[in-house]
Amino acid sequence: MSTKEQKIGEIVAEHHRREGALLPVLHAVQAEFGCVDADSEALVAKGLNLSRADVHGVVSFYHDFHDQPDLRPVVQVCRAEACKARGVEQIIDQATSAAGDRVKVQTVYCLGLCSSGPSARVGDRLYARLDGPALAEIIENA
Amino acid sequence: MIIRISDDALARALGADELAAAFARKGHEVQRVSSWGMQWLEPLIEIDGKGFGPATLEDVDDILDGGASEIAVGEIEKHPFIAKQQRLTFARAGKTRPLSLEDYEATGGWSGLRRARQIGSEQILAEVTQSGLRGRGGAGFPAGIKWQTVARAQGAQKYIVCNADEGDSGTFADRMLMEGDPFLLIEGMAIAGEAVGADKGYVYIRSEYPDAIAKMEKAIELSAGLVAPFELEVRVGAGAYVCGEETSLLNSLEGKRGEVRAKPPLPAIEGLFGKPTAVNNVLTLAAVPHIVAEGGASAYEQLGLARSKGTMPIQLAGNIKHGGLYETAFGVTLGELVNEIGGGTESGRPVKAVQVGGPLGAYIHPDDFGIRFDYEEYTAADALIGHGGITVFDDTADMGHMARFAMEFCAAESCGKCTPCRIGAVRGVEIIDRIRAGGRTPDHVERMDVMHNAPRHGRSQEQEIGLLTDLCETMKFGSLCALGGFTPFPVMSALKHWPEDFTGKAAAQAEAAE
Repeated sequence: MSTKEQKIGEIVAEHHRREGALLPVLHAVQAEFGCVDADSEALVAKGLNLSRADVHGVVSFYHDFHDQPDLRPVVQVCRAEACKARGVEQIIDQATSAAGDRVKVQTVYCLGLCSSGPSARVGDRLYARLDGPALAEIIENA
Repeated sequence: MIIRISDDALARALGADELAAAFARKGHEVQRVSSWGMQWLEPLIEIDGKGFGPATLEDVDDILDGGASEIAVGEIEKHPFIAKQQRLTFARAGKTRPLSLEDYEATGGWSGLRRARQIGSEQILAEVTQSGLRGRGGAGFPAGIKWQTVARAQGAQKYIVCNADEGDSGTFADRMLMEGDPFLLIEGMAIAGEAVGADKGYVYIRSEYPDAIAKMEKAIELSAGLVAPFELEVRVGAGAYVCGEETSLLNSLEGKRGEVRAKPPLPAIEGLFGKPTAVNNVLTLAAVPHIVAEGGASAYEQLGLARSKGTMPIQLAGNIKHGGLYETAFGVTLGELVNEIGGGTESGRPVKAVQVGGPLGAYIHPDDFGIRFDYEEYTAADALIGHGGITVFDDTADMGHMARFAMEFCAAESCGKCTPCRIGAVRGVEIIDRIRAGGRTPDHVERMDVMHNAPRHGRSQEQEIGLLTDLCETMKFGSLCALGGFTPFPVMSALKHWPEDFTGKAAAQAEAAE
């Protein structure tokens, strides 16, 4: 039994009694492996007695699940209306060039800090009232 | 000395943790409380009721020495932004420690639930109906009527589902409530369970709110014994905006793709796992403990105007000087909110547009600032109050770009189930691009001899605008849910009030540069 098989088995065992267990299971798999790839989909499907198509449908629907791992650090930047009103579009180019190929700058729609944008998130750490240099610094330290 | 600093996500994003540690190092007792909602002052330091904000690490010594006059805001409770509010749902904001059962109990916590258990289901339903409370998620459906439907529905298992998938830009009241007063939401859900006969509740929180998730999980654990036999569980979303739509949320909770369901059947009759389910927004459920308390229903009913009763926690966001949470009775005008309470734009430039109700809400022109906060008055003006978020834009905003973004957002977040939304949004982006480019020339298919009915001269800008208007009509009336159905509001309102941003030379140049 591969380690992946074993780990996913544990995850499924932990959640399978919950109603509608698929999303919590997928969150756990994504957190463990950084992605939910085809092998994981098949193992989850088997564990929860679902078809692979069902699981793939769910994985591909939600923005939080990825089919392949991205080893780069991720900086989420909000580009929704409230942050646009506070100038995120004017600093995004500077952010992208600071990121280069090393950091993934991911657009998200709203981190709930709408009176104090532009805002960003790295892991569970949030940042607000950013300007160009501040965002670039976060990216460089990511 | 006792130093009070909020542990709300916004305060933390602005350095509240580092400040708390600095004060603790100086040997002071630091209490982490909820946020007052004066977000332009965060991180806000409170000592003996007096505030200092926005504070930085350099200010720590000054504050302790009784100086720091340039960031002193005086007595917080007497600050005009707080003093003028009518806080019911956010009565504890700034005053209690979010996860302290002791603080919650000492400020009247659980009294609504205790009374609910005494008066029983019928009386709760009657009082919630009498209060006039309507769904705060946006649809404004009377909460009492929804609960009655669930209560009368047949089924051994029923559910309470709290919609905490607050995806609208410009809104943060759900987040603040869950992070600042989580027991209030738990109490509201337990009362709902008592009213409809449900013993299981889910709180569906978006994954973008890690602090709210952690706080709710902890609060549920701490209060489990108090609300038993009612059981609660947090479920975390996975980044899909559309899951804020109630039927899509139910599918997501069931572990499926977050696709919208056709209604009927109503979730109240066939909801989660096909069982009768009351799906309510965080703010709706959090208003309930106050309503069910002795005399609460009639007090609530006396606030507001016409059919919009009670108070609304309004969120002031975007380019605004005094952004934050402002809870007040319905009826306040938009002009008061933006110019007086909010203090105008932060940039100091003139206000150009205000979007009320999140990404699906209309852009309102300053000429229409007399509009009063009321469900019906907004509907009549082809706008919506939605979840009560207000996003202010100054005169540098390009409304053509914002209209295009509304369509782009709809295309990115569409669940894909219905055609007007899935395809309409993509075509919407293309049409807006063509309008901004000044119309279009015929393509090679249209130029073919056999295409007798094809226009020979391409399409002019006016024709493209006609096409966009037509598309918006189709999306509005043909979409299954509010995502496709309401995207026309921001698009058409932008087109109506600021046509020059679509047709002007500047618009064409902006698009060429993109």
